[in-house]
Amino acid sequence: MKIDALELNFHQLNNKIKECQDEKIKIVNCCGHRYLASGSSSKIIEIEGVPGNALGCYLDGSEIFVNNNVQDATGDTMNDGGIYIYGMAGDATGYAMRGGEILIHGDIGYRAGIHMKEYQDKKPVIVVGGTAGSFLGEYQAGGIIVVLGLNCENKIPVGNFCGVGMHGGKIFLRSDVRPKNLSDKVVCKIADEGDLNDIKDIINKFCNIFNESYEQVMSKSFYVITPNSNSPYKQLYTMN
Amino acid sequence: MSLGYVYSEFEVVRDIQKCINCHICEKECANEVHSFSSKHKIMLADDTKCVNCHRCVEKCPVRALKIVKTNHAFRENGNWNENLIKQIFKQSQEGGVLLSSMGNPNKEPIYWDKILLNASQVTNPPIDPLREPMETKVFLGKKTDKIERDENNNIINNLSAGIELNTPIMFSAMSYGSVSYNTHMCLAKSAKELGICYNTGEGGLHKDLYEYGKNTIVQVASGRFGVHKDYLNAGVAIEIKMGQGAKPGIGGHLPGNKIVEDVSKTRMIPKGADAISPAPHHDIYSIEDLRQLIYSLKEATDYKKPILVKVAAVHNISAIASGIARSGADIIVIDGYRGGTGAAPTMIRDNVGIPIELALASVDQRLRDEGIRHKVSLVVGGSIRSSADVVKAIALGADAVYIGTAALLALGCHLCRSCQTGKCNWGIATQQPDLVKRLDTEIGTQRLINLINAWTHEIKEMMGGMGINSIEALKGNRLMLRGIGLNDRELSILGIKHAGE
Ligand code: SF4
Ligand code: SF4
Repeated sequence: MKIDALELNFHQLNNKIKECQDEKIKIVNCCGHRYLASGSSSKIIEIEGVPGNALGCYLDGSEIFVNNNVQDATGDTMNDGGIYIYGMAGDATGYAMRGGEILIHGDIGYRAGIHMKEYQDKKPVIVVGGTAGSFLGEYQAGGIIVVLGLNCENKIPVGNFCGVGMHGGKIFLRSDVRPKNLSDKVVCKIADEGDLNDIKDIINKFCNIFNESYEQVMSKSFYVITPNSNSPYKQLYTMN
Repeated sequence: MSLGYVYSEFEVVRDIQKCINCHICEKECANEVHSFSSKHKIMLADDTKCVNCHRCVEKCPVRALKIVKTNHAFRENGNWNENLIKQIFKQSQEGGVLLSSMGNPNKEPIYWDKILLNASQVTNPPIDPLREPMETKVFLGKKTDKIERDENNNIINNLSAGIELNTPIMFSAMSYGSVSYNTHMCLAKSAKELGICYNTGEGGLHKDLYEYGKNTIVQVASGRFGVHKDYLNAGVAIEIKMGQGAKPGIGGHLPGNKIVEDVSKTRMIPKGADAISPAPHHDIYSIEDLRQLIYSLKEATDYKKPILVKVAAVHNISAIASGIARSGADIIVIDGYRGGTGAAPTMIRDNVGIPIELALASVDQRLRDEGIRHKVSLVVGGSIRSSADVVKAIALGADAVYIGTAALLALGCHLCRSCQTGKCNWGIATQQPDLVKRLDTEIGTQRLINLINAWTHEIKEMMGGMGINSIEALKGNRLMLRGIGLNDRELSILGIKHAGE
């Protein structure tokens, strides 16, 4: 089914998506509509235009393809499914996501993947083709974040304070240059073959979707950042 | 060097003539205070570990035990009291942030105790609740701007989703993880029986408790633990936790050793991993951002669940509440600085925030002044200790109250203030299976029902005395209140007259 969003507000558009029985939905003229596909499961939604904040919040299995940019808080508390963005993404992408994947061809804003966590067979993944802003993976508790920096060779593809408060999961940065000002609660090393096995499949998928060369992406080395304990703040307290 | 030694606060007194060496105290004390000396054939006690929870005292079959506050004296002075001295000793030994539990124990002014209620004499008759019907039912949520009618002149129900309570009292947020499974079970079962609500806190909802959904408020906090679509739809309402009275501006941190198997499933995080709730929601830096979270939740639940937004009572609370009222929230929850907690940094607990009485009065007034009071309901907590506090809160402008500590006391908590250790001898603030089973869910449920029924009856009596027969007529009725021993500024913030006026 095709839905023209031009004359609809977000509530009307969301209702149309919820009511639609078709598995495949195409939305055209999307322009800042918020909360699209919130909590949605088992649909494939293609969006032309720029959806508003909180696209796919609490997403529970549906797949969303956006041919353009997205705004903030994409995939907030997402549980399952996939969001594939051909443009760029705003701040707080993948906040507290627990499962599924968000692939972004371009750059993302600040605070992406904050408090991402994993649980049983759920292991969320964010792959960023371009660069990421500061506070990437803050408080990360699980899952994988990959930043490829395809448009920024010879530079660190993330902003400041990457992985502060991190206590689980992994961050991969494709870079020749070591990220700066990392917290002493994380370990940063050059990814070895074992580490890279974690991301080969998803990078393959990324390259297929966005038409990039897998060989070229993998030709450069990656830094991998992990917490140095899963309870880094244990020593902080004195019982009173 | 023995600089780290601090003399114990309490002494375990055992009447050796009564003691029959049954070892029950030894088994009952998870703090390992009691032990048997095979050499001397007597029970011994290590006072330094005692938190004065009375477990052994109550379980001793021959009543041989009592706990006394030590008379071991510090050279206190007006500036340096015993607590401050001890805190310095502890911190210089261990180097950590002081961590405490339960509410602020200091002698701060408690305005509830300085407010008196009215009663009818001669000119209008009191009402006897035993003889006449008294309405304690309340509805929380947005009220409409105007009444709409259809072509047949029937009223159209244009109310948005709300919460119906048989009595204006709910159990406040306490997460599974900070409290035990049995505690949650007691809260859920009694809430169902009473027709009120309990609150999951930020730890998700155990699968066994989904059946109590009609009496459940599910919480969404910055860590988003256990938040998924079924969870959001499981209760009658969703509470966004922005802050908590015991620790405004501070997140939560449940250490990995408390994330046992079941807690991990409910929170949806791996066993043994730390559960850190960041201090802010990192997607909420403004009222507009808050509106976004509110509407994302409403969209995900088809506008069937009212949204509560919980904030700590802080300095600019009335401006903050005004913003929340305009953000699309249906209910504002304000938590005062004396509110309880399973663990909070001592300095934050005791020094940050403001009393709930003042916060409530100024928020209610501000929302009235701005003509938006009907757009939200107000719920207050931190700390409501009796039915009189409930009546005073409602007369100051609250629609309902949250109780936390009072509910735990009904379940057997002895306010030993050591929840943060995870060794609650009463089976409440612990995940140790042997301790959890000490809380009998049937007895606990009944005790909560008794408490709320008793309070409800007292509320009816107090209302009846004032000649008021419904909570609605008491709400914001500040003429029913008088201050005692309060200065002009305090009276003007509370919006009440002094006794005798
Ligand atoms: S901590 Fe409780 S059970 Fe243990 S000795 Fe003290 S009062 Fe008794
Ligand atoms: S819940 Fe348990 S540990 Fe906490 S104050 Fe009450 S009795 Fe003590």
